[in-house]
Amino acid sequence: MMLPAFNPVAGVLLIPIAAAALLALLPGYRLTARLNVFASLLTFLSAGALLLLPRPAPGAYVLVDDLNIVFIVLNSFVGLTTSIFSASYIAHELDTGRLTPAYLRFYHAMYQIMMFGMNLAFMSNNIGLMWVAVELATLTTVLMVGIYRTEAALEAAWKYFILGSVGIAFALFGTILVYMAARPVVGEGQDAMIWTLLIQKAQNFDPALLNVAFVFLFLGYGTKVGLAPLHAWLPDAHAEGPTPISAVLSGLLLNVALYALLRFKMLMAANPEAIAPGTLMVIMGLASLLFAAFMLYRRRDIKRLFAYSSIEHMGIIVFAFGMGGPLANFAGLLHMVMHSLTKSAIFYAVGNISQIKGTQSIAKIRGLTETHPALGWGLVIGVVAIAGLPPLGIFMSEFLLVSSTFARQPWLALILVFGLLVAFGALTLRLTGVAFGEPRGSRAPAEASYVPMFAHLTLVLIAGVYLPAPVVVWFQHVAKLLG
Amino acid sequence: MHSLSFDISHSLAGGLVLISFMMLYQDRLYSLLNVFALHALTLALSVAWQAYIQNAPHLYVTAAIALVFKAIIIPVALHRIIKQLGIHRDIETAVGIGPTMLAGMGLVALSLALMLRVTAEADALAREDLAFALSVVLLGLLVMVTRRNAVSQVVGFMALENGLVLAATGAKGMPLVVEISVAFSILIAFIVIGIFLFRIRERFDSVDVGALDDSRGERR
Repeated sequence: MMLPAFNPVAGVLLIPIAAAALLALLPGYRLTARLNVFASLLTFLSAGALLLLPRPAPGAYVLVDDLNIVFIVLNSFVGLTTSIFSASYIAHELDTGRLTPAYLRFYHAMYQIMMFGMNLAFMSNNIGLMWVAVELATLTTVLMVGIYRTEAALEAAWKYFILGSVGIAFALFGTILVYMAARPVVGEGQDAMIWTLLIQKAQNFDPALLNVAFVFLFLGYGTKVGLAPLHAWLPDAHAEGPTPISAVLSGLLLNVALYALLRFKMLMAANPEAIAPGTLMVIMGLASLLFAAFMLYRRRDIKRLFAYSSIEHMGIIVFAFGMGGPLANFAGLLHMVMHSLTKSAIFYAVGNISQIKGTQSIAKIRGLTETHPALGWGLVIGVVAIAGLPPLGIFMSEFLLVSSTFARQPWLALILVFGLLVAFGALTLRLTGVAFGEPRGSRAPAEASYVPMFAHLTLVLIAGVYLPAPVVVWFQHVAKLLG
Repeated sequence: MHSLSFDISHSLAGGLVLISFMMLYQDRLYSLLNVFALHALTLALSVAWQAYIQNAPHLYVTAAIALVFKAIIIPVALHRIIKQLGIHRDIETAVGIGPTMLAGMGLVALSLALMLRVTAEADALAREDLAFALSVVLLGLLVMVTRRNAVSQVVGFMALENGLVLAATGAKGMPLVVEISVAFSILIAFIVIGIFLFRIRERFDSVDVGALDDSRGERR
């Protein structure tokens, strides 16, 4: 008897759903935390299998192509490492009584549903389904941001919910407009929402309608990317929720919205008469970079500091994709991957630190390299990486972006470099106190696994020193697809 | 000349815009809820009419959801919450009615000017439907930003969502409309009523979002 062939697409989508159902039913956090890790591992392995096995033909709902496979693998990898980090983090939260076992069950189930939502958003070939999946992923994070039920957490969740809903509403309106633009060309019904069909026929769409659609999509999904001035939800949501959620918010959920934008940007680019979407992205990207860079100076809460840094980096990435062209797109892709890895590593460190010190206030966290060497130096490496210093991966991508921009638009490059330097200054200023100041607060040893943090940092370092040739070829190919 | 079916759907969509305007100047929560129920009822009629003229029976489901869920269940539930919290006498617009109405007119003018221009080649029904739908969306957004109270922000969000349903049903043959309206209903039911209001009341004895504002930012 033959076993049914293993289907990695089904694996990536169904494992999280099955795990969510199971985790909602099972009691006991030790078991469920391990199960959470195990399910994330299986999802990651399925995603890895997507790379090796022949891909399914694009269907009405599911699509696997060279672009989204990068996102899926990254997503499930960070999902896996975060689940490992989460296991030790959550045990501590139970001990201190910030979470109860009932909430924990809810938390783990939501974690897997969120992974499902994000993977579905990446894989969906139907722009309506993609919208539903992004909404699902957002809602689960709203619930998790509010899980501590403190005033601040509820306010953060409420703000996130309201702004996220407005964003999601605009994105839906944009999606409807794309359908309206496609209907006369592709035909009525299902077909006019299938992305692979849309991209083939996009040159015949009504350009005016497509322009308006893109503006709505950009505002809608841009809210979720956290672009200034639509970013108001982001720092609160990062600061008040559990730290594993801050890590996936910064490392993954922002990428989901970015991915949706990229898909629609490709659609716009396929229509010669539509406005070039790049200009809008360049402006918003630079605005976010500059705004966040200056805001970094005034932060007193360590999680908020890195939340603003995420806005800054999303600005850089959106700018890179807005510039377009093989080199800038390559830099954008690389930067996105590096930012996801680095930022989640930083949040792992910050989560452990704030648990030990019992505070998120930067003023009260001092001299970490002395009291907690592994944690402190991990944070130092992470911040050095995120500030864009060599030899780490983000330096590579920022260098590529700056040099390619100088060749094409020197003035824009000047603004870009200025923003990068301002942010660099703020981060070093904060880091010196936190890492090297006079030790303050609890010196209790951390009971946490540093494996996820150092795994991410090692990858970032390797990418900065030597990017393997197959990865380069792959990214170059994807950069070309993005146009 | 236009046909009768065009005139009916046109006037229903126009009615929605008008009722959105009525929401802008309600300063009591109960009356805001009543106007919202009327809004949802008009949406249900409009969607049912679209289902009839497009010969798309699945849209009747969306119409039924609008009627039962949004025009009856949600207003009744919110009524109860308001009563329990004792906030029914609150007058809670953050911005004066005059400026709000002017802003509303500006938004409607903007959406008509925008949508009618870009959809010049689409058929007349879809065109005007879309223009009206965008007006309803923007007016719902205006309700959300001019109110401080969590209940009325939710009402604003539902009005906004009604505009989206109007747009989706007006786009002939669009798939997933029913699913999207179901998803929205679940969203509203679970998140808003169940969890947030319950928790916000429990923690603050108030649903005035203004009371939450002191926790914004860098307190610790």
